[in-house]
Amino acid sequence: MTTIYVWLEHVGGKLVNASREALGAAKTLGGSVTGVVFGQGIDEVVQQAFSYGVDSVIKSDHASLENFRFEPYVSLLAKVVQDGKPDAVLAGHTTRGREILSGVSADLDAPLITDAMEIKLEGGKLQATRPVYDGKVVSRVEVTGEGVQLATLREGAFAAPAPKDGASGNVSSVDPVLPEDQIATKVESFAASTSTVNLTNASRIVSGGRGIGGPEGFEPLKELASTLDAALGASRAAVDAGWIPYDHQIGQTGKDVSPDLYIAVGISGAIQHVSGMRTAKAIVAINKDPEAPIFSLADYGIVDDLFKVVPELTKAFKERLGK
Amino acid sequence: MHVVVVTKSTPDGNAKITVKPNGVVDWGEKLVINPWDEYTVTEAILIKENNPNVKVTVMALGGEEQNEALKQGLALGADEVYRIWDAALADYDSLQYSKAIAAAVKKLGDVDLVLFGKELTDVYTDQHIYQVARLLGWNVLASMTKIISLDVDGKTIKVERQVEEGLQTLTSKLPAVLGLFDDINEAKYPSFINIRKASKAQIPVWSLSDLGLQAAAPKVKVAEYTNLPERSGAVTIIDGDSPAEKAKKLVEKLMEDKVL
Repeated sequence: MTTIYVWLEHVGGKLVNASREALGAAKTLGGSVTGVVFGQGIDEVVQQAFSYGVDSVIKSDHASLENFRFEPYVSLLAKVVQDGKPDAVLAGHTTRGREILSGVSADLDAPLITDAMEIKLEGGKLQATRPVYDGKVVSRVEVTGEGVQLATLREGAFAAPAPKDGASGNVSSVDPVLPEDQIATKVESFAASTSTVNLTNASRIVSGGRGIGGPEGFEPLKELASTLDAALGASRAAVDAGWIPYDHQIGQTGKDVSPDLYIAVGISGAIQHVSGMRTAKAIVAINKDPEAPIFSLADYGIVDDLFKVVPELTKAFKERLGK
Repeated sequence: MHVVVVTKSTPDGNAKITVKPNGVVDWGEKLVINPWDEYTVTEAILIKENNPNVKVTVMALGGEEQNEALKQGLALGADEVYRIWDAALADYDSLQYSKAIAAAVKKLGDVDLVLFGKELTDVYTDQHIYQVARLLGWNVLASMTKIISLDVDGKTIKVERQVEEGLQTLTSKLPAVLGLFDDINEAKYPSFINIRKASKAQIPVWSLSDLGLQAAAPKVKVAEYTNLPERSGAVTIIDGDSPAEKAKKLVEKLMEDKVL
């Protein structure tokens, strides 16, 4: 039977979204799904893994694993994978997910596909589509060599299973591989981001570009975003101009997003921006220039002064949504 | 101290890239240095300027097209450059790439730091950074936004790193692999005179056997490149006598489409 391991990432006692989605993807491959959880004090996370549908859990609960660190985490996952010999190991395509599976791939000489948007098993071999050339082209890739197959999955590309309360299953414990004195990295401190920007998970995004004209130009966009419970995005032009911080940037050198609704305001639609948002389900463009390339991508367009349209749009949404 | 920068020539970030009917990817213009690597080469030069006895080596894997990025490294002040290439690498995957880079770093022998840009824009991944670190048996400090301190004699480094929820401060022993975020410095650009000097440089090429490696088959292959799916249908421009009317009509359309 096919066995899939999913390395589960958690922050503040909660499974991250990308890991929940990876569990959903693992289910589609058929066979059994084992969640692999490392950390300290992780009983709650193990419980969540069962509620999101894993059949069993392998955990390592130890002080040396309190924070994600490259060497102890890679060494331990490589050992767990080598011992369990699953057909494939999945993780979310997050900072940590990329690091740990890439490290394991080198340790075990195992084929790795990162940033997968679709995955399937064909004759036991993993096949996937993934973006290349800055997201301007899609490649279809296939595992052709030997070894445990590894893949990181693009956030937002797979559906997380609906959680079921009270699910449980077999939990096995493993010890860390590296003792603390053999770990070169020490985490000195952590400064939580003061920004509440979470573009990758957002189902709605209101985004501003060069046409916004200055930092104060984002105010009406913020109001529209708050009416729609949307995240606030920006094009590189607006970020480079210093009107809005980098963590709002969408497109090449920023974040790739695929929300249900993307409202592009004063954004011309340069290829660098478009490569990061073109997979949105519905795109609305507001721009006074009817020739702006963004209109060739949009489902709906309004050609008008954004400073007049956006406040009216906020008003209309408020009325229609009863806010 | 010996600092190595691993770079690559990739299509220009502004280029429109499409897949031709014959399946070949077309980026129109010539290759440039991978955009993220401008910061990486600059950081290596800054380390050289701010510390005594630092040597900077720039390397790239690929055919002669890679000389572009290597010559830019030389023009910015690198001491040595090397190109790695072998016919057996024609369809290389990330493991083959990483094994060759790690072997080249080992061949240099006295390396303390290997610097990578945030990702390679053509293959659109950073997986090689972590693979190279593991193959060398070194630590990796990636998504790095700042070198807080570098102790050249004590061989330790303290860095700031960006993760999804905020900024971590980490210390590590050297040697180590570093993956750099883009806003780590103001990228330097070479002067015209240095570009001209670098353009005449002879670039040594290392083959797999120079690196003590055997030819191996890739474990992951690209079966096909395709253009991004076209978005269905043309744009519907919402007309109206006033911004208010247009806004109202748009909201109704979005409600009808069940977008909200």
